[in-house]
Amino acid sequence: MFGKKGLGIVETKSFEFAQKPHELVLESGRKLGPITLAYETYGELDSERSNAVLACHAISGDAHAAGLHPGDKDPGWWDSMIGPGKAFDTNKYFVICSNVIGGCKGSTGPSFANPKTGKPYALDFPMITIADMVHAQRHLIDHLGIDQLLCVAGGSMGGMQVLQWVASYPERVRAAIPIATALKHSPQQIAFDEVGRQAIMADPDWREGGYYGHSQPEKGLAVARMIGHITYMSDKSMEEKFSRRLREKNYSFKFISDFEVEGYLRYRGDNFVRRFDANSYLYITKAMDYFDVSGDKLIGSGETVGARFLVIAFHSDWLYPLYQSQEIVRQLKMRQVDATYCEIQSTYGHDAFLLEVEEETHLIKHFLDKTYQGYDVRSHDA
Amino acid sequence: MPDTVRLDHRIIYDIVEPGSRVLDLGCGNGDLIYLLAKEKGARVQGIELSEEAIYRCVEKGLSVFHSDIDSGLSEYPDRSFDYVILNQSLQEARRADFVLREALRVGKKVILGFPNFAHLYARLQLFFAGKTPITPSLPYRWYDTPNLHFLSVSDFRDFCREKKIRILTAYFLGTKRRVRFWANLFALNAIFVVSPSA
Repeated sequence: MFGKKGLGIVETKSFEFAQKPHELVLESGRKLGPITLAYETYGELDSERSNAVLACHAISGDAHAAGLHPGDKDPGWWDSMIGPGKAFDTNKYFVICSNVIGGCKGSTGPSFANPKTGKPYALDFPMITIADMVHAQRHLIDHLGIDQLLCVAGGSMGGMQVLQWVASYPERVRAAIPIATALKHSPQQIAFDEVGRQAIMADPDWREGGYYGHSQPEKGLAVARMIGHITYMSDKSMEEKFSRRLREKNYSFKFISDFEVEGYLRYRGDNFVRRFDANSYLYITKAMDYFDVSGDKLIGSGETVGARFLVIAFHSDWLYPLYQSQEIVRQLKMRQVDATYCEIQSTYGHDAFLLEVEEETHLIKHFLDKTYQGYDVRSHDA
Repeated sequence: MPDTVRLDHRIIYDIVEPGSRVLDLGCGNGDLIYLLAKEKGARVQGIELSEEAIYRCVEKGLSVFHSDIDSGLSEYPDRSFDYVILNQSLQEARRADFVLREALRVGKKVILGFPNFAHLYARLQLFFAGKTPITPSLPYRWYDTPNLHFLSVSDFRDFCREKKIRILTAYFLGTKRRVRFWANLFALNAIFVVSPSA
């Protein structure tokens, strides 16, 4: 994007843990194991193991955050931010990204074979939470021999994982960068997720989740994704991108996609169906809805954490509005946590966290550099 | 300290004791708190409204919140800072008296810098030309000024008396050096150090 060279070809690795009888005990009380986590790493871990950055992905993301897979023409989902000379500079930092549990991109999820039956879990897969995702990541970080992460960063659901890391493992995080996220899902956010889930579950092809071996509930999943995409954009960005432009010269006076915006949403929906598992969509959206580290749950009252925070939010993001990031900042102020907060001007809506690369790079690069090198100015006693 | 440092920053620099906890409301590019942090080991936090200025602060390694100062303080406990600085920012706040009251709650001392509206130049322009004054410390025209409140040294003294705010020290600034006499007539800017009276 800035004429910088990317990472080139990268590969996804996998890590297995939680073998019987050491299954992961989930927040629901149920157990999950064995667990496979798909992950990628970029850059080199330094000799003190002090330069590790964990990037956390959003709802539809995966372990492939940056670089290219052989034969692909599009790089990973955060390639604009991760690579040599980029915000998360792989010449300096060792960047890790793993697919969340419950996902469908190589980590254990509902499409994985249930060891008890040898068949895909489907709805026998236990309900998972953001905390469960983070506990699983912690096993990977242990496996990689890293005591303390230089930084945990991510947007949207990735930002929830960042906050959860601080709530669950405060001593293992030196810097936290939650972007376009919230301490808890609002009723509006839960409502959009529920509409998406209902679209999937209303599709007869869903078969109570047991569609493996058949075609998946494509119609329902596509509709869920279309709703998602509407919430990721803004009124203004849609006006700029599509306006009322038609695909053909005139109205068809039929129920086909007359408008470009309709075609775009259908294209996005159809595309998503080819790369995402419908049950994973159900489980992951539910995990986001259950997420709540508001009040004392992020940092206990009377306590504080040593981690520095960089909180980033975007104007025009109406799915995760500014007030939700301001609420994060309010909690940090009350706990006297070293924090920086920036509201970036953008018309992209929630998608801004993947698109406003220049502004985010500027903030993150300096913030991370000062955290890593040690900084000569402080806002709090170390 | 380099010679290029602004006069008001020099004065505030001299006021702040080493190792203090400082909150700068309207910290701009962060030059002042950077100086305080680097040279005096102060623990500094800025609050600033301009997005561009936030980037400049982050480049310096400063911690800063993107917010207006009208709504910035309710989360802080009483007396959580040794100094709250309001340098050239209070006159731009919508609720100036509320902001100052909050500053006096969270800070043991407040350092307040503002342009003096009763400077000789301003009086002459108003009296002889009948025009809204433009002075070195009030350089804006009536239609593009960010200032919402206009006050003089005397106004502020009255205000402190009325609100029972204790004036600990006052400094008066001309273009290049300090003003010692007839401050309300000759000071372009004033810097007051105040604390709650109790």
